[in-house]
Amino acid sequence: MRNSRLLSIESWKRWIWSFARLVLIVGLSFLILYPILQKISTSIKDKEDLYSPIVVWVPIHFTWDNFKQAIAIMDYWETLANTFALSISTTILTAITCALAGYGFARLKFKGSNLLFAGVILTILVPPSTILIPVYLNLKDFTLMGLIPLLTGKSANLLNTYWPFILTSLTANSLKAGLYIFIFRQFFRGIPKEVEEAAYIDGAGIGTTFSRIMLPNALPAMITVLLFSFVWQWNDSFFTTTYLASGKVMSVQLAALPYNLSGITDGVSSQSDPFYLSMVQDTGILLAILPLILMYFCVQRYFVEGIERTGIVG
Amino acid sequence: MKSICKPRLSKRDYAQKKALWGFIYVLPWLIGFLIFFFVPLLSSLRFSFSSITANSDGITVKYIGLQNYVEALTINTSFNRVLTESIVNIVVNIPLIVIFSLFLAVLLNQKFIGRSVARAIFFLPVILASGVIMNLESTSLVQAINDASSGAKVVRSLQSFELEKLMLQAGVSEWIVNYLTGSVDRIYQIVSQSGVQILIFLAGIQTISPQLYEASKMEAATGYEAFWKITFPMVSPLILVNVIYTIVDSVSTNEITDLILDTGFSAFNFGLSSAMATIYFLAVTLILLVSTYLISRKVFYYD
Repeated sequence: MRNSRLLSIESWKRWIWSFARLVLIVGLSFLILYPILQKISTSIKDKEDLYSPIVVWVPIHFTWDNFKQAIAIMDYWETLANTFALSISTTILTAITCALAGYGFARLKFKGSNLLFAGVILTILVPPSTILIPVYLNLKDFTLMGLIPLLTGKSANLLNTYWPFILTSLTANSLKAGLYIFIFRQFFRGIPKEVEEAAYIDGAGIGTTFSRIMLPNALPAMITVLLFSFVWQWNDSFFTTTYLASGKVMSVQLAALPYNLSGITDGVSSQSDPFYLSMVQDTGILLAILPLILMYFCVQRYFVEGIERTGIVG
Repeated sequence: MKSICKPRLSKRDYAQKKALWGFIYVLPWLIGFLIFFFVPLLSSLRFSFSSITANSDGITVKYIGLQNYVEALTINTSFNRVLTESIVNIVVNIPLIVIFSLFLAVLLNQKFIGRSVARAIFFLPVILASGVIMNLESTSLVQAINDASSGAKVVRSLQSFELEKLMLQAGVSEWIVNYLTGSVDRIYQIVSQSGVQILIFLAGIQTISPQLYEASKMEAATGYEAFWKITFPMVSPLILVNVIYTIVDSVSTNEITDLILDTGFSAFNFGLSSAMATIYFLAVTLILLVSTYLISRKVFYYD
């Protein structure tokens, strides 16, 4: 008798907690999804529906016009291709060089390697805006320590090209690369030393051990770094708008969208409605993040499970 | 003699080889570090003590001492205000983000139906909340209309208001009440900034060995006790990691970096801009050192 009452209190507690948890998670999920849902709803609305008090979520006059406008203004397909090319190339280069550096710092200790690792930490800590101006000036007259003027006679202007991104990711110094090196180092430190020693005894050199034994074991770290690097490069406005101000990539086009939009009002005066422009702008944002969302839902399984073994702990 | 020496020598060879390869592996990073980080850092420091004028041959740099710093701190109209605002913002948000993400990580670690969907949704902000999208979102007119017409704003402020009254009457100090209601109003900002922190905590929670929980359960510990006696101490090193990540994440783009960029690239005052950047870096370092010191005194290390 007493036992069953206790049981019922226990089960009541469990039920109440489940309910509270459900409310919390559903509520917060809604909060996160709300802006996206709202953008979707806005983007398929006709201009008429914008002022209609009875339209909140589902439009009466369904239309693709906003998409057509936004695609035309942003030069969407070209921009998409450029952004993909840029993000993928920097992501792959960054992942390779950061994995190498991470392994070097974790296992192949040499004189002064701790001092250099302090340098990695410094790159994480210094706000990017602190060094932006010298880097900008440097890229404007890029000499590579006097090598380029020696060969061609004058310094190269790397602004508005993809070179700044390729060079920084080739040298593991791209956007947030310090963090990736740190993730890789922590992960490699978590793999037992015996594995490496066994490989050495079996005759594997350091390069083989790294590429055949350590790297496959570091797959979760790899996935994390690949995803973060891709997404952050895609969304980055800080470096992209500075180095590539006139390039056709997503974040530059998005940043310029309000300005470009005001251009379309010149032809037809009836379109100069700020709310309509804002509607097209929302559609533009949706178009920019759509590939990311699609990609995320494809890889999130690996990502969510992978992160649990990424070994940031430690 | 020889036989003793030989294995030692070969071992040293292996170590030497490893050291050499280590240097080679780190080399790409080192080159980039020097070209794209260290030299610019030094020249940024030099610029901050100089006046810079652009002419046909490029730029000329003239040493003028602390003048730029004086100008940033005393003459420039917006620097002080924006700097304090940004720093207060960071300091206020850190505890909220860390506590919130720890709570959510514990929640998402529990077993319930639709857990993987919930996780997928909660990590979505990692992807969406950065850069231009955030900036444009805050200026969206359509969103403003929608909010106004559906009465969302009114309801939200009303809720906070009622909560505030309730807590004030309950005798909670006004400062705490303002802090809490303020954080309720900024909930979207907090949720969208805590994606990576949730990931880090979740990874940490999953490395805690289940035996600890089993043992505590046998000794009749409640879930509440298990959290404070096991989960919390075990993830406490990660609190430090997360605090540092949160600081670093929030310093990369905010009003102060906008001001620094504007001063540099719109007003073409590179010297002043560098001085601002240096002051900002020192402020950020100070916050980092203080929070690291405070937290690492309390952190529990397992080994």
